[in-house]
Amino acid sequence: MSTNTQKTDVVATLKEAGLSGLIAGALALPLAGFKTFSLNGVLTAETRFDWVIMAAVIVAVGRFLLSMGQNSFLPSLSSGISGAATSVGHAINKNNKILLVLLLAAVIIFPFSPMANRHSLDLAVYVLIYVMLGWGLNIVVGLAGLLDLGYVAFYAVGAYSYALLATTYDLSFWICLPMAGIFAASFGIVLGFPVLRLRGDYLAIVTLGFGEIIRVILLNWYDLTGGPDGISSIPKPTFFGMAVFSKIGKDGLPPFHELVGIEYSSLNKFVFFYFLIMALALITNFFTLRIRKLPIGRAWEALREDETACRSLGINPTNTKLSAFAIGAMFAGFAGSFFATRQGFISPESFTFIESAIILAIVVLGGMGSQVGVILASLVLVLGPELVRELAEFRMLAFGGVMVLIMVWKPKGLLSRREPTIRLHAKPEAGEVK
Amino acid sequence: MEYFTQQLINGVTLGSIYGLIAIGYTMVYGIIGMINFAHGEIYMIGAFVAMITFLVLNMLGGIWLPFALIIALIMSMVFTSIWGWTVERIAYRPLRGSFRLAPLISAIGMSIFLQNLVQVLQGARVKPLQPMIKGGFEIMEHDGFTVTISYLQIFIIILTIVLMTVFTLIINKTSLGRAQRATEQDRTMASLIGVNVDRTISLTFVMGAALAAVAGLMVTLYYGVIDFYIGFLAGMKAFTAAVLGGIGSLPGAMLGGLLIGLIEAFWSGYFTIEYKDVAVFSILVLVLIFRPTGLLGKPEIEKV
Repeated sequence: MSTNTQKTDVVATLKEAGLSGLIAGALALPLAGFKTFSLNGVLTAETRFDWVIMAAVIVAVGRFLLSMGQNSFLPSLSSGISGAATSVGHAINKNNKILLVLLLAAVIIFPFSPMANRHSLDLAVYVLIYVMLGWGLNIVVGLAGLLDLGYVAFYAVGAYSYALLATTYDLSFWICLPMAGIFAASFGIVLGFPVLRLRGDYLAIVTLGFGEIIRVILLNWYDLTGGPDGISSIPKPTFFGMAVFSKIGKDGLPPFHELVGIEYSSLNKFVFFYFLIMALALITNFFTLRIRKLPIGRAWEALREDETACRSLGINPTNTKLSAFAIGAMFAGFAGSFFATRQGFISPESFTFIESAIILAIVVLGGMGSQVGVILASLVLVLGPELVRELAEFRMLAFGGVMVLIMVWKPKGLLSRREPTIRLHAKPEAGEVK
Repeated sequence: MEYFTQQLINGVTLGSIYGLIAIGYTMVYGIIGMINFAHGEIYMIGAFVAMITFLVLNMLGGIWLPFALIIALIMSMVFTSIWGWTVERIAYRPLRGSFRLAPLISAIGMSIFLQNLVQVLQGARVKPLQPMIKGGFEIMEHDGFTVTISYLQIFIIILTIVLMTVFTLIINKTSLGRAQRATEQDRTMASLIGVNVDRTISLTFVMGAALAAVAGLMVTLYYGVIDFYIGFLAGMKAFTAAVLGGIGSLPGAMLGGLLIGLIEAFWSGYFTIEYKDVAVFSILVLVLIFRPTGLLGKPEIEKV
């Protein structure tokens, strides 16, 4: 009897696998089965059916193994994996403070460790920019619940305002940084004012459109922005107006290594960048943590949960949303001006929709509203692709695939547990059944 | 006046293409409330399938043009539908019932994936195709400026009208359409009265993909060049069209598509071509300020 059911099981699995293989073949037939190329200016195609057969076989076999595994070892394996992930998550949540201190210590020591070189510091700075952007967008999406698909627009505003102010008026980075934030925030207000009355998904498309508008304007306003050529030779920041990071002094400022009395190293500048973006990111994070305790932060979260209830309690939804939008934009502006000074060159190419999508994905994949989750997701989505540069064009393919897989695997994000803002009762002790 | 008429014709043609894509967005949004970000990529795949079909037919030797068109139409609709179905099955169905942003991120991931898949498989270069439907009618002439409507434009407009009619009939008259409308109103209730909700949603994706495939075929013929990146901008415009018309409403999507096409044609005709996208989005914002649910959208009733 049992062998009988087993047999039908195998037959059913085989059938299913065959079907998936067929579908994969059908998917691959037009796109992989024919290779199109230009021959003397005329487009022609040649067949490549081996690819189709390969795709079908791989999918069929994969599906078969998966279903067979599902009946035997996979459930225990997957529950093991997700169990491990959950317990890691629990451990992270439980030992929050200790872990954070350890992490912070590691992050601070990193530039002085032997691991630090130009390349690794550059990568670290790159990841930290996204961490900061993630934390900034988290204010808008995670706290206020506004779906912003054009966050990169504010990042662009920040970058261009620093680049323009610094190259035209010769202003220092430290004056431009707050100004870039203010500019970005004003853009947020100007955009937000008419559209924040709209509900969720309408807001999404308008912000998406706004992101495109900014990019198109940057691309076409040649006199101001340099169009597709962008702006180059953007000045580097000074050491708080006291020293410069070159071998010899400039503009009456002494070189940094002489000021602090250390040996000259070209690495100094990168270490400074590293700490600068870390400070900016931590400010963003700290701001978010604190503002959740203030009336305005609570109003954001209340608004996210129930707009009607907020209205009846006397919270003005438009103003509340506007403040979240503007503050989120301000942090993007800071990040943008940092980006401009680090790169030394900016062009509209750096501010495409894909950037907005990556930042949003960082927030959501990390687990909405989870600050540590943002770090984790930045490592996966930003550091990951950088580490596998050799894959070239397969890199973005894998990027998209990983995004889908993580979402399907953990729809609530990698670290989905969030500490509630307010507890009506005392926190239950560990182990206590609630 | 002649110039105006010419831009009108161009705008209606363009609007037909946007309208067909917009229906896919609006139906999916109506039925499961998610923005199907990968829909633009489905349209791009439709364009590639159509192009490859034409190339293969060419290799097999000259086939009578209307026949070739019908074959390409069927091929791209069938294969693109399978893509649409698979995308829903893999990336969206497991996420049904989870919170609102999860399927959106999954859709963005899918969009990046499909774009790069086509780039890897077919190369990053633009694909130019020889024009196949040539010639047209001269309907007006004045001071040396002739207004022409090409056969291709007539083909696009008529095909769009036919498809939209068929489509409206499917939604309004058939049992499938009834199931779709029921699922849209209340998924749980629909499943209780015997509607196969999963199948209905899958079919919605298939229908949306089929229409996007037709739009892809049209674009292949109309512009003659495609590349793996066309899905992004077209998808964004079509989504804008769906929102402009009132998302969830089928006539709204058609109207929105038409309007977007007209705005684009007239803006590039009378003002600057560089800023046509800016014009489209600015008008969207204006419309939404005065009619927050879009032109034909029903105001949402908030239940407390």
